[in-house]
Amino acid sequence: MIQFEKFTLPNGLRVIIHEDHSTPMAVVNVLYDVGAKDEDPNRTGFAHLFEHLMFGGSIHIPDFETPLQMAGGENNAYTTNDLTNYYIQLPAENLETGLWLESDRMLSLAFSEKSLEVQRKVVMEEFKEHYINKPYGDVWFKMREMAYKVHPYRWQTIGKELSHIEHAQLSDVKNFFFKHYNPVNAILVIGGHVHTSTVMQQVEKWFGDIPAGTKYNRSIPAEPPQQEERRMEVRANVPLDALYKCWHMDNRLHHGYYVADLITEVLGGGGSSRLYQALVKEKQLFSNIECYHFGSVDSGLLTIEGKLVKGVKMEDAEKAVNDELEKLKQEGISEKELEKTKNRTEATLAFEDMSVMTRANNLAFYELLGDAALFNQDREKYFSVTRDDILNYSRKIFDVKNSNTLCYFAENGSLN
Amino acid sequence: MDVLVDRKTAPSIKLPVDFTIELPVARQHTLSNGVEVYTLDMGTEDVLMLNIVFFAGNAFENKKAVAAATNYLLKNGTSKRSAFDISEQIDYYGAHLNRNCYSETAELTLHCLGKHLDHLLPVIGEIISDSVFPADEVEIYKQNASQRLKVNLAKSEFVANRLIDAHVYGEQHPYGKYNNLEDYAALQREDLLPFYKEHYQQGECVIFVSGKLPYTLISLLDKYVGSLPLRPRNKARVLQWPLQPAAEKKTEIINDPDGVQAAIRVARHFPNRHHPDFQKVMVLNTVFGGFFGSRLMANIREDKGYTYGIHSYLLNYIGDSGWMISTEAGRDVSKATLKEIYHEMQRLRNKPVTEEELMMTRNFMLGSILGDLDGPFHVIGRWKNLVLNNLDESYFYRGIHIIKTVTAKELQELANKYLQEEAFYELTVI
Repeated sequence: MIQFEKFTLPNGLRVIIHEDHSTPMAVVNVLYDVGAKDEDPNRTGFAHLFEHLMFGGSIHIPDFETPLQMAGGENNAYTTNDLTNYYIQLPAENLETGLWLESDRMLSLAFSEKSLEVQRKVVMEEFKEHYINKPYGDVWFKMREMAYKVHPYRWQTIGKELSHIEHAQLSDVKNFFFKHYNPVNAILVIGGHVHTSTVMQQVEKWFGDIPAGTKYNRSIPAEPPQQEERRMEVRANVPLDALYKCWHMDNRLHHGYYVADLITEVLGGGGSSRLYQALVKEKQLFSNIECYHFGSVDSGLLTIEGKLVKGVKMEDAEKAVNDELEKLKQEGISEKELEKTKNRTEATLAFEDMSVMTRANNLAFYELLGDAALFNQDREKYFSVTRDDILNYSRKIFDVKNSNTLCYFAENGSLN
Repeated sequence: MDVLVDRKTAPSIKLPVDFTIELPVARQHTLSNGVEVYTLDMGTEDVLMLNIVFFAGNAFENKKAVAAATNYLLKNGTSKRSAFDISEQIDYYGAHLNRNCYSETAELTLHCLGKHLDHLLPVIGEIISDSVFPADEVEIYKQNASQRLKVNLAKSEFVANRLIDAHVYGEQHPYGKYNNLEDYAALQREDLLPFYKEHYQQGECVIFVSGKLPYTLISLLDKYVGSLPLRPRNKARVLQWPLQPAAEKKTEIINDPDGVQAAIRVARHFPNRHHPDFQKVMVLNTVFGGFFGSRLMANIREDKGYTYGIHSYLLNYIGDSGWMISTEAGRDVSKATLKEIYHEMQRLRNKPVTEEELMMTRNFMLGSILGDLDGPFHVIGRWKNLVLNNLDESYFYRGIHIIKTVTAKELQELANKYLQEEAFYELTVI
């Protein structure tokens, strides 16, 4: 059980305080309820570019990093399709430095032209480093567009194309800031070696006078159920053929999410998982194979991906994957397999809970989902999944009409 | 609000240089066979990490790829259990068993819940004493390792990482050598068996355990590991090999004619942790490229936007070290990036860092160490570094003292001694 206190400032900022006196450190975690799914389809990658600009100086503090480093702090941030999260770790004595910095950039940025100009370039290099200059780097651009026709998960956080980032204007930056970066759309979590009553006063001091802003209510269309099998072939200069398959699964709050998560464990978790044992070890069709999902808030994708052993035909590899899924749909899993997936999940949760930073991140995330207390219910939700749930859910999602398949062929190679 | 908050003035802080930093103490034990165990009982979750370090890195192989293959295949079959049975046992208890092979050492690392340790240690004992390296497992490994290598060779950063080490230390040197497709093809089960016998079954090892530890830990370890014919670490062994650096200092390689970025590595040899300059240079390195506020990052990312990130660091080897600058920069600005890297070296040579910058660096480093010391896995990592390098906690405290007291003048002298462009090997891979 993770203990915490929650209160809301008059301006709508939700505040969660989680004391942990086993560490000398404190963490300040600020989550903004905006992600790549809130972007205009013609200006993708903006939420993430904006995250970079949050380090370019705020209205009263020209330099974010120096005072934090002087106080012995470190910080970073990440953007996903669903949210943007900023976090600071620093010695607990210096907590107020973190609150000062975060509250000022929630109040207003400096909106420097130079910062935009530089960060546009930095993000374009990030785009190149991870998605252009890498074999198979374009897979998820194509796969998301195939799997999502309506929902904005059809583009990645980095954006659809370099030009969207290249063309970002300072006016876009300002509009985005005032629309999304305000107390009513944010969640603040303070954790570590802190005392709730003192922190409450400090939070009121630094965040209390920030104008509430307008609550952003997104109206994102739900992805309609997929009705037909979708397939795509790609040929590129890569060393090996690869197979990617995705199926739509339930959203983060649905029971099906937990079932799907355990299915990924059955199929791809560890050296004894079904796909690894059958397809890498026994049949030797793949040199590696993985099964995972993205942990998305809205309906996500359960994915299987693997690289084929040189000389193996794509249709044989795909058939073998489908055979494993068919076996799961026919026979379900054994009691021992269910116990194994739950033991693995229990261990994963325990390792995650080791760090106060991860706990603070998670509290903010569950508050975003509706209630920070959901954090403490996860274990129970996993443990409530039954063998029948796994059987029924695998029958439901591993339907060919719900499937998206991308066959990635190595060009001018692949001699059998 | 009646009183407006003064947002222009930073809240008062306690400077990390005024903190007393203490390294939580690891306890030392000796198993029946003489193997040393360092334990750190810390943390509130029922989790632990068991790390067994063998002197079985690629420095000890007579044929390329043998050390890595032996390490990887340790858990792929014993005389009693198949690879699947071993994985099944590890997975069933929610544990993770990782293998890592480095230049000097090779490791087995178990992460698990403390309550399951007694079900997992028998398997660990078996892996160390009775791995059989089944022929079909060796073949699968050869095939999949070759495929992995082919994919990696398409990445400029992978190519750059392995070549820069070869340039600095030489291709025959344990730090500089790397495996090619033909090395995997030439691997045979018969190569692995004697290596396993010498470096694992009867190998030298040292054990590190951290987390919330069960009180039965040492007796369990003694039962399953202490009873094996392992040898304690030979502290007198010198881990040093002759350097055979490349003749050319500057190299440019086109790995992908359509590449949009250049992987840039600039590196030089550097003495190991026992050298009196080492810990002072850690501070100089932090100023140079060791964190977000460093010179390289401020100039090349935050001012010019040439890259998503640029870092410099001292390499973590035992016998020798190296000083490395690493970045992926836009292809069209790769020359400009190199120019700025050398310019930053020159600035550090020509002008002492300001007191403010030095103070910020001290505080950042100490805050970072303090943050590290709240987790059992990080703390044991520091002990491991001390033990494997034949150092003790006085080294840790000397490091803290140096961070607090090293002067701008000393850093400038060190920059003049080490940050000389001519001493560095430069490699660009597009």
